Amino acid sequence: MRSLSRLLDSDVFWSFRRSPLTIVAAATTLACIVAAVFAGWIAPHNPFDLKTLNLLDAFTPPAWTERGNPAYLLGTDDQGRDVLSAIMYGSRVSLMVGFFAVMLAMTLGIALGLLSGYVGGKVDAFIMRVADVQLSFPAILIALLIDGVARVALPKESHDTLALYVLVLAIAASGWVQYARTVRGSTLVERNKEYVQAARVIGRHPVAIMFSHVLPNVMGPVLVLATLHIGTAIITEATLSFLGVGVPPTQPSLGTLIRIGNDFLFSGEWWITVFPGAWLVIMVLAMNLLGDWLRDALNPKLR
Amino acid sequence: MIAFVIRRLLQGVVVMLVVGFIAFSLFNFVGDPVALMLPPEATQADRQAMRETLGLDRPFHVQFATFVGNAVQGNFGISLRLGRPVSALLVERLPATLELAFVAASLALLVGIPLGVYTGLKRNAWLSRVFLTVSLIGVSLPTFLIGIFLILIFAVWLGWLPSFGRGDTVMVGAWSTGFLTASGLKALILPSITLGLFQLTLIMRLVRSEMLEVLRTDYIKFARARGLTNRSIHFGHALRNTLVPVITITGLQLGAIIAFAIITETVFQWPGMGLLFIQAVQFADIPVMAAYLCLIGFIFVVINLVVDMLYYLVDPRLRIDRAVAGGH
Repeated sequence: MRSLSRLLDSDVFWSFRRSPLTIVAAATTLACIVAAVFAGWIAPHNPFDLKTLNLLDAFTPPAWTERGNPAYLLGTDDQGRDVLSAIMYGSRVSLMVGFFAVMLAMTLGIALGLLSGYVGGKVDAFIMRVADVQLSFPAILIALLIDGVARVALPKESHDTLALYVLVLAIAASGWVQYARTVRGSTLVERNKEYVQAARVIGRHPVAIMFSHVLPNVMGPVLVLATLHIGTAIITEATLSFLGVGVPPTQPSLGTLIRIGNDFLFSGEWWITVFPGAWLVIMVLAMNLLGDWLRDALNPKLR
Repeated sequence: MIAFVIRRLLQGVVVMLVVGFIAFSLFNFVGDPVALMLPPEATQADRQAMRETLGLDRPFHVQFATFVGNAVQGNFGISLRLGRPVSALLVERLPATLELAFVAASLALLVGIPLGVYTGLKRNAWLSRVFLTVSLIGVSLPTFLIGIFLILIFAVWLGWLPSFGRGDTVMVGAWSTGFLTASGLKALILPSITLGLFQLTLIMRLVRSEMLEVLRTDYIKFARARGLTNRSIHFGHALRNTLVPVITITGLQLGAIIAFAIITETVFQWPGMGLLFIQAVQFADIPVMAAYLCLIGFIFVVINLVVDMLYYLVDPRLRIDRAVAGGH
């Protein structure tokens, strides 16, 4: 209870209340997350339950158009699946992949950044060189290559089961550099401060110093980066799935839905691709606005 | 200067070797090339003979050296999917990708710079706010969605522009160009907007922030004190000084444009290298993947090298920094 009142009293919350755009963005993000997490309960239909699918319902346009059916608010796709429900289930996959990819990238980046900044010397030079080289290639290309290589390297039978893990790994591996650079920069500053020297003098293990003393003091910017990264990670996932190298078709994400709908664009069934696309854009835009706000709110220079 | 160039060259060679190694591992450790090439009823002796003709029995480093030697000569073997030499396929697809990238980059520069100057000079005009808001949305839109929305509006609903392919192309020597026919030019419009939009917003924002920065400096104040016209201050003094970062960012973004061309080419079924690569990934066509990997790695290394050297030539402060940094 006390921590809650502390939160409501804080500067950050104050700046949150003062920005209507941020409140809207937060509400949108929350709504998207709720819709995704509770898709099994609140979605009007289960798009994966073959018993309830009826091919006669295929290509029903959105409910407000002439041939629309009120049971299918955003229309149905080629197999008679409800587009709204498919979006809810799909955004669950998108959010999950984005979230775990960011977590993994953050963990990897923090570990390498701490190591680089705290140990210094050759280790530092090596890690930063790798980071430099990787940074000169666009993240999406690296994710695409890792994903493509993994597809060829793994046996065909295990593709569908492993695809999600490979995807998370590919996106994480393409995004760790920013975290590592940020953490390294702050670590270089913190390393020479008195509290670190004191910890060293009383003989604490370097790993313990890195994680329990230095890390809490460099986490602020890392969290901001992570919030902004989730949007990028979700877009990367959607792009890879759209290109047909992302999640397996048995677990369609928003990108897969857009890819499926793209085939029907020319025959006039625009809703199959436009709604998942719009959902993706709104979700990512809201998350980016939230991240932007957090960056400014936590920046003491702007207070 | 020479030491710097040599160091960067060596670094580029190391990166290329790493990229080459990945491509080589794809060839050799992923799947069994002998099994792929021989019919299933082949005997053990046939397999052994095949291994020897392919050189797979030789030590690892010799195989890698042979691979690098072949790659340098542009020999990447035969596409498993199309049954034709990979180098020929890439050369055939190269003009489509390069023309698309060229138009997209020109669009980004020719529209992005004026918009950046305008929003920088007239910070509070309502039009500036519109441009900035639209650019924020443009950054949040994934490339493939921009393409899909453009197709939906201009090809499906309005029917003004083609939605896929290059239109009619003309062969100029070995180069197939879409610049010389009306349908080729029309086919370029939507893909190049899709590909260039993100870079356009990037350049616009960059020019704007650089302009704001430069307009605050003392020499601009001095130029005003000398009574120069606004026009001469804005374009002769301010804009010129913003162009250094713009050139370098554009250079670096050229690589990004070629990479993002994969997505645009998929959306518009544009017959370039990116589409070839995506199809290769989907069909596990390893020779094409390996060759594309090496080619794109090479393009990136060259671009980075050129940009680094441009930086070095253009900005004298950097030379001192590097000399100090390299001195200890």
